[in-house]
Amino acid sequence: MSDNQTERRVDDETGIETTGHTWDGIEELNNPLPRWWLWTFYACIVWGIGYCIAYPAWPLVKGATEGLLGYSTRGEVAADIEMFKTRNAELSTQLASADLETLSANDALQRYAVSGGAAVFRTHCSQCHGSGAAGAKGYPNLLDDDWLWGGSVNEIAYSVRHGIRNEQDSDAHWSEMPAFGEILEEAEIETAVQYVLKISGADHDAGLAAQGAVVFEEQCSSCHGEDGKGMIDQGAPNLADAIWLYGGDAETLRETITYSRFGVMPAWGLRLTDTDVNAVSAYVHQLGGGQ
Amino acid sequence: MLNYVKLVVLGLIILFAAMAANFARDLAYQVHALLIIAVAFGLFIWVLRNTDEPPKQTSPPTGYMDDVIRAGVIATGFWGVVGFLAGTFIAFQLAFPVLNFDWAQPYANFGRLRPLHTSAVIFAFGGNALIMSSFYIVQRTCGTRLWGGNLAWFVFWGYNLFIVLAATGYLLGSTQSKEYAEPEWYIDLWLTIVWVAFLLVYLGTLIKRREKHIYVANWFLLSFIITVAMLHVVNNLSLPVSIWGSRSVQLFAGVQDAMTQWWYGHNAVGFFLTAGFLGMMYYFVPKQAGRPVFSYKLSIIHFWALIFLYIWAGPHHLHYTALPDWASTLGMVFSVILWMPSWGGMINGLMTLQGAWDKLRTDPIIRMMVISLAFYGMSTFEGPMMSIRAVNSLSHYTDWTIGHVHSGALGWNGMITFAALYFLTPRLWNRASMYSMAAINWHFWLATIGIVLYASSMWVTGIMEGLMWREVDDQGFLVNSFADTVSAKFPMYVVRALGGVLYLVGGLIMAWNMWMTIRGAETKTAPAVAPAE
Repeated sequence: MSDNQTERRVDDETGIETTGHTWDGIEELNNPLPRWWLWTFYACIVWGIGYCIAYPAWPLVKGATEGLLGYSTRGEVAADIEMFKTRNAELSTQLASADLETLSANDALQRYAVSGGAAVFRTHCSQCHGSGAAGAKGYPNLLDDDWLWGGSVNEIAYSVRHGIRNEQDSDAHWSEMPAFGEILEEAEIETAVQYVLKISGADHDAGLAAQGAVVFEEQCSSCHGEDGKGMIDQGAPNLADAIWLYGGDAETLRETITYSRFGVMPAWGLRLTDTDVNAVSAYVHQLGGGQ
Repeated sequence: MLNYVKLVVLGLIILFAAMAANFARDLAYQVHALLIIAVAFGLFIWVLRNTDEPPKQTSPPTGYMDDVIRAGVIATGFWGVVGFLAGTFIAFQLAFPVLNFDWAQPYANFGRLRPLHTSAVIFAFGGNALIMSSFYIVQRTCGTRLWGGNLAWFVFWGYNLFIVLAATGYLLGSTQSKEYAEPEWYIDLWLTIVWVAFLLVYLGTLIKRREKHIYVANWFLLSFIITVAMLHVVNNLSLPVSIWGSRSVQLFAGVQDAMTQWWYGHNAVGFFLTAGFLGMMYYFVPKQAGRPVFSYKLSIIHFWALIFLYIWAGPHHLHYTALPDWASTLGMVFSVILWMPSWGGMINGLMTLQGAWDKLRTDPIIRMMVISLAFYGMSTFEGPMMSIRAVNSLSHYTDWTIGHVHSGALGWNGMITFAALYFLTPRLWNRASMYSMAAINWHFWLATIGIVLYASSMWVTGIMEGLMWREVDDQGFLVNSFADTVSAKFPMYVVRALGGVLYLVGGLIMAWNMWMTIRGAETKTAPAVAPAE
């Protein structure tokens, strides 16, 4: 290297001396550390030491230092939950064994049930029924008064507690529509489709629908009723209204009749407390369709 | 003689890859085996044609080895555009889920394109930028040619093969599900080989340097290369299920695995995106400004403080999880103490412009460097702040994190890389200047407005999301469902995607500008290419 690399010079612009090194024309000024930078750095270190004394920080052979404040993240959330539990203890106990039919007479309890039920619904139910409870294909709308298994608050609570067509709870609602593709000819299914279109008030082929009336009478009426208005204790939907779980167009009806449907709902009684089941039932009941 | 060894090795690779393609247990592995056959076969033919030929008359390699850097500049520009495009597309996928086209499933859903985007921008764009600029810087500041002859070419092509294998693997469903370390075991092994070669080239060049001292940029670049090697190896310790398949099982489990992953993940930010790019900054800023570095003392202190502190900060990614509180505290404390050492780089960069501030008005490249340092300073303040447990309880899992990462990545890493590309392209191709200075100006403004739209929309939506998640009524019941927070974010998702469009357009303008510069006429007076002295 040449000698000038160790030669310091004073920079014209700033009046500061360089360190004397040069790399590809790059020099370095010999400025001191900025004071504010250094003091802020020290302050952060001092704060860090203090924080480590106050909070759990250093690993030891068994466990770690616990810190003077006795803080823990699990302790913090437990205290938070405990605070609300204590505050709501009385209402919560009342709701666990409340008579849901007369709940609305007790303003405080009704309000507690509905806001608590809304939270349960948003956490556990909205994934299928939608955050606004309007349902989706295969998942019933809970805002209307068209109920598969009954819309009284106790019937709703039963559906929530035991669920529908699940293996976990022997008291679950259970019914199963046959896959008529294995029972009827395609032509017969087509007539039934046209008949269902007719009773639901949709456009249909009158000739086929007339033949379908016979098929319906023989195959469908035992569950869906002579008039097609469904049967609550079978969970059999009303086919004569314009409300559909899977869809009311000819193609979807053909699919439903041929292959059947098997909608499942978990037994929430196995996962939620009685208070939560009652709360969410009260919430769903007051959404608009409760009977 | 060496060529015969090469032919035998390539033949064995082809044979093994053919067996691998035949016995492959999954699609990604099979496609990769076929790809390796194609690459090895091409190399085989190339070596064969050169075997026993008289050596070509080449001028003695006295000058710098710049061919590989030229290839790196092109690769950086190319992968940049690819990565920005992927990012913009997945931003629109989040706003409009219908863009997860049914016909493109399962390959082009958000879940597979997201790692494609992150790897394309961090490893393909950022990695190529780091490799090519470290090759450039280490030669210039050591006054010597790259050590190892064609080993530098092996690093370049090997690294880009790694990128192609990783990217195609994601699309075909091969991932070990570790963020920023998604590639499976055989790709990891390959990257390890390439990275060791990179370290050898770099160290070899440093050792044979003709300057007495090692310039500060090289400290940062060397720490980046060494630490990334360590992080990569430890975080990817895994056992393949079969040698004929891409699946593997991680060596660590549970919270140990999570901690290893975020020790890796955070230091990928620290040593890849911070230390490595600080190395670039320490060369290109004083060169472009024509000014001495502000403070030698500051560079020493902040370098050692930065690399000592960064490595401990990982646990702040795991606040309020199964990680013990003590580890979480230490991660947070080290992150906060890291604030000033990080800012040391910003101060040294910005204050280097002392006496050259007037260039901000006339030189869009200097302007890019300044905005880059400003975003660096902002995100290295924001990071320690977000590592504080109480702040993290609001920000964690929200889009605030995404905004934070992008203000750093688009602002700091992107802008300093663009500046480096604009610095290097005319010099490497011996042109007077970039084809269009106006286009650089356009790029600057499009990118800056794009970042502002991106970061501010993600801050707003992240804080909103955090507040909605934690909102409870007076009886302690949650007020919002998760879906409520998702639908509330929609307008901000559109703004973010538009920010991405602006950034992408800026990148396209840069690619065009580079293309036109490279195609343009050479300057008459050739700059000195010989090493110093």
